[in-house]
Amino acid sequence: MFSKILIANRGEIACRVIRTARRMGVRTVGVYSEADGDARHVRLADEAVCIGGSAACESYLVAERLVDAARRTGAEAVHPGYGFLSENADFAEACAAAGIAFVGPPPGAIRAMGSKAAAKALIEAAGVPLAPGYHGERQDPDYLQDRAEAIGYPVLIKAVAGGGGKGMRLVERSEDFAAALGSCQREALASFKSPDVLIEKYLRRARHIEVQIFADRHGHCVHLFERDCSVQRRHQKVLEEAPAPGMKPAWRAAMGRAAVEAARAVGYVGAGTVEFIASESFLDDGCFYFMEMNTRLQVEHPVTEMITGQDLVEWQLRVACGEPLPLHQDQLGIRGHALESRIYAENPAQDFLPATGCLLHLVPPSESINVRVDTGIEQGDEISPFYDPLIAKLIVWDVDRDAALARMRQALADYRIVGVTTNVEFLSRLVACPAFVNADLDTALIERSRAFLFPERTDPPRSVFYIAAVAGLLEEHAAAAERAVRSGDPWSPWSQHDGWRLNIQSRRTLTYRSGDTRYEVAVAYELDGWRLSLGGESVLARGRVLESGRLAGQLAVELDDRRLVASVIAVTEKQEQKRHVFLDGGNYVIVRDDPLHLVEAGDAHGGGLTAPMPGKVIALLAGVGQHVARGAPLLILEAMKMEHTITAPKDGMVRAFRYAAGEQVADGAELVDFETDG
Amino acid sequence: MPILTTRLEARSAEFRGNVSAMQGVVADLRSTIARIALGGPESARQKHLARGKLLPRERVNALIDPGSPFLELSQLAAYGMYGDAHPFEVPAASLISGIGRVAGVECLIVANDATVKGGTYYPMSVKKHLRAQEIARENRLPCLYLVDSGGAFLPMQDEVFPDREHFGRIFYNQARLSAAGIPQIAAVLGSCTAGGAYVPAMCDESIIVKEQGTIFLGGPPLVRAATGEVVTAEELGGADVHTRISGVADHFAENDAHALAIARRIVGHLNWRKRPPASVVEPKEPLYPVEELYGVIPNDARKPFDVREVIARIVDGSDFDEFKARYGTTLVCGFARLWGYPLGIVANNGILFSESSLKAAHFVELCAQRGIPLLFLQNITGFMVGRSYENRGIARDGAKMVTAVACANVPKFTVVIGGSFGAGNYGMCGRAYSPRFLWMWPNARISVMGGEQAANVLATVRRDGIEATGGTWSTGEEEAFKARIREQYERQGHPYYASARLWDDGVIDPVDTRRVVGLGLSAALNAEAEATRFGIFRM
Repeated sequence: MFSKILIANRGEIACRVIRTARRMGVRTVGVYSEADGDARHVRLADEAVCIGGSAACESYLVAERLVDAARRTGAEAVHPGYGFLSENADFAEACAAAGIAFVGPPPGAIRAMGSKAAAKALIEAAGVPLAPGYHGERQDPDYLQDRAEAIGYPVLIKAVAGGGGKGMRLVERSEDFAAALGSCQREALASFKSPDVLIEKYLRRARHIEVQIFADRHGHCVHLFERDCSVQRRHQKVLEEAPAPGMKPAWRAAMGRAAVEAARAVGYVGAGTVEFIASESFLDDGCFYFMEMNTRLQVEHPVTEMITGQDLVEWQLRVACGEPLPLHQDQLGIRGHALESRIYAENPAQDFLPATGCLLHLVPPSESINVRVDTGIEQGDEISPFYDPLIAKLIVWDVDRDAALARMRQALADYRIVGVTTNVEFLSRLVACPAFVNADLDTALIERSRAFLFPERTDPPRSVFYIAAVAGLLEEHAAAAERAVRSGDPWSPWSQHDGWRLNIQSRRTLTYRSGDTRYEVAVAYELDGWRLSLGGESVLARGRVLESGRLAGQLAVELDDRRLVASVIAVTEKQEQKRHVFLDGGNYVIVRDDPLHLVEAGDAHGGGLTAPMPGKVIALLAGVGQHVARGAPLLILEAMKMEHTITAPKDGMVRAFRYAAGEQVADGAELVDFETDG
Repeated sequence: MPILTTRLEARSAEFRGNVSAMQGVVADLRSTIARIALGGPESARQKHLARGKLLPRERVNALIDPGSPFLELSQLAAYGMYGDAHPFEVPAASLISGIGRVAGVECLIVANDATVKGGTYYPMSVKKHLRAQEIARENRLPCLYLVDSGGAFLPMQDEVFPDREHFGRIFYNQARLSAAGIPQIAAVLGSCTAGGAYVPAMCDESIIVKEQGTIFLGGPPLVRAATGEVVTAEELGGADVHTRISGVADHFAENDAHALAIARRIVGHLNWRKRPPASVVEPKEPLYPVEELYGVIPNDARKPFDVREVIARIVDGSDFDEFKARYGTTLVCGFARLWGYPLGIVANNGILFSESSLKAAHFVELCAQRGIPLLFLQNITGFMVGRSYENRGIARDGAKMVTAVACANVPKFTVVIGGSFGAGNYGMCGRAYSPRFLWMWPNARISVMGGEQAANVLATVRRDGIEATGGTWSTGEEEAFKARIREQYERQGHPYYASARLWDDGVIDPVDTRRVVGLGLSAALNAEAEATRFGIFRM
């Protein structure tokens, strides 16, 4: 076995590889870009090397630096993880040239699978089914229509040189073919300078099923069964599982055989994934087609590990140093069911747009034999725009799919993330979505379940505001107690926190906002708790902080005779005091409206839209009608030979400038008509 | 440790009768204060709110540390004194005063209530403001003035303006307080006219709210009358003018909340340090339910009770180390702790004799020597009278007690838990003896003597006068005469009557005694202890 390896990657996969390496007694070298200096994978590695700038093209994608780092640190092998250079044959060759083992297939296999057309030819030759289609050079319309009839409608006409969805037509009926072809060819010519098209069978409600294979240098090749990765958004997997629901043993064997054949066809070594596409009739006819092969460890490999009980990284390392595969095909079996959710920093409501920010609060569910969290990120880390916004992979296992689904629902409910927008709530709905629960899977599941997955926003339940109020009051209490201890007068009755008033019932109002609605929680201090009232109802509330540290914000709250546990995380963002209330699997974000706090945070030198002294306007920096953020420069005034920039006091709109550039203004003159937002 | 034991029988009919009587007066107190706390008439409050201003109590709530206590002073000020003795004509004398913590610092807060007669100063408003400043001076509490007042109440200018303890004294005090190193901070949240303009102007630091606050010596009508100049209030003395041109105010605030936030920041930067006495221990609640205080005080004021039952429900752990327990037993003296602070207690347990006066003088000397604050629990009908007592010089011994109490420079606190009559009031640190704070229970009575005695004394004098000129006075006439006297004493001896005139700092619910005295005691510790020098004790 190697004594030291370099992991040419970052994030959760680097951490994942380090974990296995450490268990096997293999020392690890991490690499990092300037943005990743404090990243978890750097902290976990035995040593680490900085390989360049924050952009991946200046660091994680620069083969020489990685090879150099491996050489300098005496690493005997390089594990490429996934993404970055993991499927780069030149990098694999460079490693080999430097006498460093590449934990992956031979460069030739990478190249063979890297070229889609060539791969298909190889695969077809190996007897693996390809989706019916025409990829030939003859392009005359009648011939193409004949091919389409032969394949059977519906078909897809695709520009050979196309990509990104452009130059693609779906044809449902024979009579539409000619028109669609003409339009497609014109677009192809215009966009890609070649009118050539190919025709493929269009599979309705396709499922994406892939097979994990493993080959060693001794001619052994096995498969570790399939994974179903049909649930995708933006053509990216988001929820994977193994085994594929409804898979029959005979089809599994056939698919496994086909995958092994595909691997053998290219002389494969190491871990690989053969992706197939299956139509909606798959459950009846077991019909599937080869799509492509990924010559690396997949993101979703943990679901295979969970059902087979194998450590695929260990297998990779053993194969890479020349050992035979640990197990034969007949020694491998499936146990139970596993699911993986990819926790992303992204906004599902905005077409899954990636999000960035600091993870101010991050508490994953507790790990156990059933729950596994693969992550490269910890509380306080930043999700930067430089890399994939994956926060973690949440993997659950149980004896069957239903049980695993229940686990996943619970684990997602326990996930607490504050600071960036994530897809956790979306995933919670996804795993509860009837189509997914009933294993009615295909790649359009998210699209066709939109109504369920993106429900109308509803008002948070009353208890959310009560809990936020209790958390706020407890927080004040704790702050008062802490101040008291530090004051030198630790037991002063002035440090009491029951809002005592002489001869008067003590009342306060805590105001919150959710969306555009204001919620006023009236607080009356009573002997045995706080009487909280909202919208004509009231409860007697009590609470205590359960734990500090890792589970900061966790509270035991009593609302009348109901006892519950919730977390409230307070975060101030853009001058808004946000309260993330985690209750009953829901994450509610409400805003505390505290006029004192708001102006305290925002007043610094605000307000000045008047000339601080007599002078001349020399430049207008914003347009009339333009929306500007607080602090944005509006105009420059020259006075006493100095330039004074007048900035926006708040977020708002410039309605008019009172003076043009070059005009003289008097001391105190109003310069801008400014309309504040909200 | 000497823990007090109780002899109360909480299930006795007498106890329950006492409880219901006390609950009755407490309920009346709370409903009266609730009405006062509303401030001015509904229409005035709505107008105030419509201008985007906070009501004065909301201002105070926002100013002090959230959830922290507010020890309000003189809630009943001016109660029943103006407008044909209407009880709520000028609620709280048109201003709220009290002690509250701001940014961890105990501050004296005075907030005008513009919903009450435009926040103008009635005679009692002035007295209340001055009393607040006196408390600030004695206890060294930074002062925060939330100004929103039309100045003096002109129809009563003769009782507000000219005298020593009138309006001008407010600014005199500000100057002297500032000189003594006690910060003076004003937030101008509304008008601040004429003399009132000096409140912010005399401050160390001031804040003014945009389009709400104005400061000027003469308002627009006066200016127009005097010089013919037509000017708006905002141009004359608005926030922009004063923070940008005149420099009369230092901080420009967008609104009330902003002004209060700035005030909190200013206090946060005072570099204020409180040095409590070295011997503070962790407080313990009394062993006995504090609510039982309701049952301790007899419904019939003439019935005696053991004041130790009261002490047992106020002090830490009901732990009371009695001094000279076997001597002068009508006065109970001893050491205890309240909220962990050391405290000496002097409590009446009957009328004062020579022995009890000597014991009091001795005990007060001990506390002064040791720097231990004193709490007086007053329930005193007076000193013993009669030939043998006078001949043995009870006046001499009473004078010793008065001298000791008057001169002791430790913080003194007085709570009138029953009667406060005659010279007993002096010896037990009545208002004239400048306790840092003086509170009354709602069952208490205060007058030069009891109504019954006064009626008898005056009737005797009257009858002697009538009979000396050969006249006759029927029993019926005498009874009617005495009834009038009794009624007068009952009315004037009532705690609301007393509190309205600021003879005390407030009427408190007995169950709040521990808290109220604790807050006062803690606030008093902002001032460093002074050495005591006693005068001549008549021997």
